[in-house]
Amino acid sequence: MVPLGAYVGLGLFMFTMGMIGVMIRRNPIVIFMCIELMLNAVNLTFLAFARYGPVTPAKAVVGTIPHNVLQTAMSGQVIVIFVMAVAAAEVAVGLGIIMAIFRLRQSIDIDEMSLLRG
Amino acid sequence: MSKILDFLKYWLSYQGLSEHGIWGATARVLILVVPILLLVPGLIWWERRLLSWMQDRIGPNRVGPKGLLQTICDGVKLFMKEDITPAAIDRLVYFTAPAVALFPAFALGGTLPWGPNTALTPIADVNIGVLYVLAVSSLGVYGIVLAGYASNNKYSLMGGLRSSAQLISYELAMGMSLAAIVLATGSLRMTDMVKYQETLLWGVVPKVQNWLILTPFGFIAAMIFAICAIAETNRAPFDLPEAENELIAGYHTEYSSMKFAVFFMGEYAAMFVFSAIFVAVFCGGYHALPFDWSALGLGQVQQLNESLAGIVFLGKVSFFFSCFIWIRATLPRLRYDQLMALGWRSLLPFAVANFMLVGLWVVVTDPGGANRFGLGWAAYFGGLFVAFLIYLMVRKLSSERFETLEVRKVVLTSGLEGTSVREKEIAAV
Amino acid sequence: MPPSDELAKLTIFGALAGIAALAAVGVVVSPNAVRSALCLIANFFALAFLYFTLNAELLGITQVIVYTGAIMVLFLFVIMLLNLGAAHLLREPPDLLKKAIGILLGLVLFGMIGSQVLRPLATITATTSPDDYGSPQAVGRALFTTYVWPFEVASVLLLIGIVGSIMLAKRKI
Repeated sequence: MVPLGAYVGLGLFMFTMGMIGVMIRRNPIVIFMCIELMLNAVNLTFLAFARYGPVTPAKAVVGTIPHNVLQTAMSGQVIVIFVMAVAAAEVAVGLGIIMAIFRLRQSIDIDEMSLLRG
Repeated sequence: MSKILDFLKYWLSYQGLSEHGIWGATARVLILVVPILLLVPGLIWWERRLLSWMQDRIGPNRVGPKGLLQTICDGVKLFMKEDITPAAIDRLVYFTAPAVALFPAFALGGTLPWGPNTALTPIADVNIGVLYVLAVSSLGVYGIVLAGYASNNKYSLMGGLRSSAQLISYELAMGMSLAAIVLATGSLRMTDMVKYQETLLWGVVPKVQNWLILTPFGFIAAMIFAICAIAETNRAPFDLPEAENELIAGYHTEYSSMKFAVFFMGEYAAMFVFSAIFVAVFCGGYHALPFDWSALGLGQVQQLNESLAGIVFLGKVSFFFSCFIWIRATLPRLRYDQLMALGWRSLLPFAVANFMLVGLWVVVTDPGGANRFGLGWAAYFGGLFVAFLIYLMVRKLSSERFETLEVRKVVLTSGLEGTSVREKEIAAV
Repeated sequence: MPPSDELAKLTIFGALAGIAALAAVGVVVSPNAVRSALCLIANFFALAFLYFTLNAELLGITQVIVYTGAIMVLFLFVIMLLNLGAAHLLREPPDLLKKAIGILLGLVLFGMIGSQVLRPLATITATTSPDDYGSPQAVGRALFTTYVWPFEVASVLLLIGIVGSIMLAKRKI
């Protein structure tokens, strides 16, 4: 069986790469893509924990599944669904904002968008 | 190294022909892919012949018996054409776009049941069969987008973007129509959908099978699915993105010889597999006629049907494929804004309304429980009436924004007023 | 005696994780925005298969439909429309100091979290959840009984997203 640490390690690696991308890149679309990468890393981690169960599963009555194991399994998946829904809405609105900025300023370099700087 | 090879041999020898073994899975993949690959030239020939007959001409009948080898000859011709590659392209994307376009056409058939024997078909009878179809059809957008982008040609890019906008718009209505069917059947598996169509028609009529296209909600869903399938494969009347007079050839302008042949093949394979999905979900799959043969006392017909299931299925799919060709011969091309308006403002609301009404039907009928079919159908038709009233109201409310055009009377005259009788006689001849 | 599935599962996980990791690096490193998007598509696809190995089949196929099939198409659209409009905008001038600081901070984050989390979790190999926890029936039951309120709120959120993106796209409100 694949150890839980492998899934969490992959999630951590993807999250770190996403974070590096957000800091390094200047193209806002690529920054957006790195944010999506981070969200997916988190999704993977949630599902890995949903599969492998809570760290201390409750004592099982013979024949049934302990309640906190089932709750971890289902809540892990449900939160992944909500992360997907929120990411979809966020991408739609965010890309609309980027297109609107492009239409206004004819440039999308993130370092030049500093109107709100104090 | 040899230890790994030994383990590999040991592991492979234990993979049986059963559902979960690798050899069984490979055999099932070959059962799907090889017939489609062999049928594609036949499909292209059939399209050209049927289209020609409908247009009062003959079509290819010279090369080979009845012209059957025409497609092979066209393939050889395309193979030997000069392969022109534009200069400033994105090489990786340019060369992989045809493969990316071809892959979903075959992968769509992954959960499709050709017959009752689950060891042979479908390739994978997963719990999520119908969602798999939707997922792979979403992947079909990439071939077009990448082909249009990689050509380094503004018109190809425009064609690619328009085509993919069309595809993602019609995916929604397709998904909602399939969702209505999933709600009625209670399962996402394709084999369960085919089994559901073996029950009693409308829940009450004995000796007739409940093919979903014969039920009210299934008929609406089937029509919506058929229109969306035509749009998904970029077929007429939705083929503006590859229209010759608008965008040369749209997203595959810059692809010559074999790469174009791959796009072409992908389009026909996709059409075939969409017809197959339509048949499996709405028209009873591999059953030849919607009668319950064992109840009619003709059990041998049932046995014959099940042993010839693949051929019956192929026949039905060919019939619906011919309907695709028929529609191409009959209907004029839709303009792009008409196309998008149809997808978003007509099909999607109909599909969502149908979905909600099927939910109402399921709640009132309670299939498997109380089985109140009469009340259920009454509720469904009542809801349909209410939906129609809402539609009329919305149409009335939104039409007040537009002023009515004044009706101009156009009178056709011969233009001969004021001329003499002799000139009228000359003009009449 | 049939061979155990362990090695097969490890190999599959290794291959998929390798593709996902390489694609993640590709997203950050590619200078061309379209190449970044394609690497991200490969990453999402590999993740969908990883979800299948975790028995979360509904979520795996939803990942393909939503992320790979819709969100990335939207990204590609925007990148290509900007390519059509002004191709020179998508190129970025190099800035070595920023890159160095970014990579350093990333390594620090990975080290900090990884050192605490990875070692205890590397020994857990037994799955405790039921094997059909990821089926549509189980997830549907959970969504419509325990989590019905967040479900409805999520649909309102998506409605707000639709209205918002239409408003942003119109030239005259």
